[in-house]
Amino acid sequence: MPYTPELKNLIKKVEETRPARVERKKKGEEFTGIPVDKRQDILKKYHPDFIAGTRKELKVGASKGYAIAQEYAYILETKSRVDPDKIDLSKVAMETDVLVIGGGGAGNSAALLARENGAKVILATKLRNGDANTMMAEGGIQGASKTWKDSPYYHYLDVLGGGHFVNDPELVYTLVTEAPKALQWLEKLGMIFSKYPDGKLHSMHGGGTSRKRMHYAGDITGAEIMRTVRDEVRNHPEDIKVVEFSPAVELLLDDSGRCVGAVMYNLETEEYFIIKAKAVIMATGGTGRLHIQDFMTTNHYGATGDGLVMSYRAGVPVCFLHTVQYHPTGAVFPEQAEGLLITEKVRGAGANIVNVHGEQFVFEREPRDVEASAIIRECSKDRNNGVPTPTGKFGVWLDAPMIDMLSGEGTVAREFPGKSILFRRYGINISKEPMLIYPTLHYQNGGMEANNKGETKVPGLYMAGEVLGGIHGQNRLMGNSLLDVTVFGRIAGINAAEYIKGFAGNGNLSLDHVKKFNKEVEGAGIKDKVGPMLLPDYSNPDVRKRQLTTEYLGTMR
Amino acid sequence: MKKSNDKETKRNLIPIFLMGKRYDVPDSLTIQKATEYAGYQLIRGCGCRGGICGACGTIYRFPNDSKLYYGLACQTVVESNMYITQIPFFPGNKATYDLEKLEPTESVISDYYPEIFKCMGCNNCTLSCPMDIKVMDYVAMAMAGNIKEAAEMSFDCVMCGLCSARCPAEEVQYNIGIMARRIYGRHVLPKSEHLEERVQQVEEGRYESMLKDLMGMDKDQLRELYIKRQPEPDNVDEMWEPDEKKYL
Repeated sequence: MPYTPELKNLIKKVEETRPARVERKKKGEEFTGIPVDKRQDILKKYHPDFIAGTRKELKVGASKGYAIAQEYAYILETKSRVDPDKIDLSKVAMETDVLVIGGGGAGNSAALLARENGAKVILATKLRNGDANTMMAEGGIQGASKTWKDSPYYHYLDVLGGGHFVNDPELVYTLVTEAPKALQWLEKLGMIFSKYPDGKLHSMHGGGTSRKRMHYAGDITGAEIMRTVRDEVRNHPEDIKVVEFSPAVELLLDDSGRCVGAVMYNLETEEYFIIKAKAVIMATGGTGRLHIQDFMTTNHYGATGDGLVMSYRAGVPVCFLHTVQYHPTGAVFPEQAEGLLITEKVRGAGANIVNVHGEQFVFEREPRDVEASAIIRECSKDRNNGVPTPTGKFGVWLDAPMIDMLSGEGTVAREFPGKSILFRRYGINISKEPMLIYPTLHYQNGGMEANNKGETKVPGLYMAGEVLGGIHGQNRLMGNSLLDVTVFGRIAGINAAEYIKGFAGNGNLSLDHVKKFNKEVEGAGIKDKVGPMLLPDYSNPDVRKRQLTTEYLGTMR
Repeated sequence: MKKSNDKETKRNLIPIFLMGKRYDVPDSLTIQKATEYAGYQLIRGCGCRGGICGACGTIYRFPNDSKLYYGLACQTVVESNMYITQIPFFPGNKATYDLEKLEPTESVISDYYPEIFKCMGCNNCTLSCPMDIKVMDYVAMAMAGNIKEAAEMSFDCVMCGLCSARCPAEEVQYNIGIMARRIYGRHVLPKSEHLEERVQQVEEGRYESMLKDLMGMDKDQLRELYIKRQPEPDNVDEMWEPDEKKYL
């Protein structure tokens, strides 16, 4: 759907102020940023994390008493989807050295490195291998690769500053020192980085970066990483078996408390089955599909936090889940594209954010939580400067056409081919017209507690990717999630392969931890809630009402 | 932005046919959302819901129109009397190879995918591509051993498989595309030398003590360093250098 006449009229105001804004940018004059010591003020007033009454204290489990978003608390305080007594633990359907749960960037990287270090691997995933947030990440991957102007030292400072100085130092240390190695690994796997003719990597700024450190592959960096590592996994069918449409629903422990596999669910035949392993790598990704505070999300269909639920039941505490990341620029028009991610790279390339009057109100490269809060403030009753959409929402303009004026005609089409095609389908030319955006639920800053080897307090259970908390503190910077999945996926794979050496894995399988957790949930007076969720429910509620002989467990039949 | 509430907005219902069966759905929805509106809970054919994962390749046509149309269900808005089927999976050959050992020769791809020469130039692959990629042309480039062109022309491929489903020569175009791209990325594009140098610096332990210092600092010390760090300006040359060099 092209812009309505009303919106086209409003775009004229953006066009009026554009030449002067481009001139200022050319001279290096930027809109004044929000001082670091004032960031907390705007966050506390406008960021969704701080809205009173939206957090809830956990009543059960290893992190009892910790207050997190209600939607997170909901899934963590659930009982098992399946009665643990009904599962026959003597019937093992598949057996392997390392079981990787999750088919995103972390899962595939982990599988490859576990294999390289001698392990046989099963990679089990809820949907297809590659149906993951990694696929959707657009902007880029950080890493201090440029020896003449950047280093892990500055990367470390940027990560800490973005995360409000509370990140786990060990995890950040590993992230920034392993980053160059991770980039090189991807390069060797044949990922097509955008490069200069001499092989020098292109790189840009992201919100909160002090050096241009974001490397990329057009505007589909995540997809390029995902399809490259997935293709490499598919090059080793003997060593890495991929089991699709089969989410894990519970972890299996043995009598000495080691994690030794999982109970799986075949989404199509609706049977449960057991995969036995000597170690398990949890790489289930994030939670956008929980729609925290009813926000739309940029996340893929399966982002329901299953790994949080299973690992929590096995005794691993959660951390940093009290903050959630809202991406500043999700599409809010046309309706069909609502919630869709518009990469931060657009702002990295120089596009301003402007309000209904065509005025700048925020520097376009604040850390994400600050940027999102400024946009929410602009659209709030305190300012009333939002652009009204036909569906009754508000947004602000992301002025992409500036990029062509700054860097030459055709830059937008060349640097953002994915988004150009997509908007062209709706009759919008983003080289000439601004995009209408509003913050959208994007990333789970926190997750499960693990150390910088990916190890949790449960022996044999590793975390990698978005499910692992602490790296990003209270707010992740752009380009550090693709990095995080690659770095910690590789590390989990290496360490899991090392751990299984000399471990026979012949203990008795047990679901006692699940039975115990179920009792705890019952004891807390929580009823009729099951997890993990597996898939969100977007089917028509009226149809569900008429499905008179169907029973639902949570969102699913 | 908040999730839209169907009941708040007026909705104009139109008929669509999912695998031949009629459902009346709001005309503003994508095929994917319309399928859910009809009552399905999707398992197959639904991934990123944002036009990049390739899970929801879809074919449709209209009554009294001989033409077939193609799209991604998550990106294509419904129209009246669409007859819709999704192709959530289509079997395809995938050659296994050791990328390190490959060389960007003229026959590198046809050695692994000899069926590439069966292409009869019908152009159905290009016509069926929801990403508007000139599929037949990149296959022709791969056939001719032009790895660069094959890689660059197939770059936007989401590997949905519609091209392969429609190919009378039984090619698996998307697997040819990724093979070309990986060979291009590994063996044709020049290696990044600064990256190699940096990996070496890290491995030599150059940053250990300065990072250990940072790791031992409290919030206030870190904040001070953070505020003082010198930002690389937007419009400067790639080779810009900061004033402070001791931490590089």
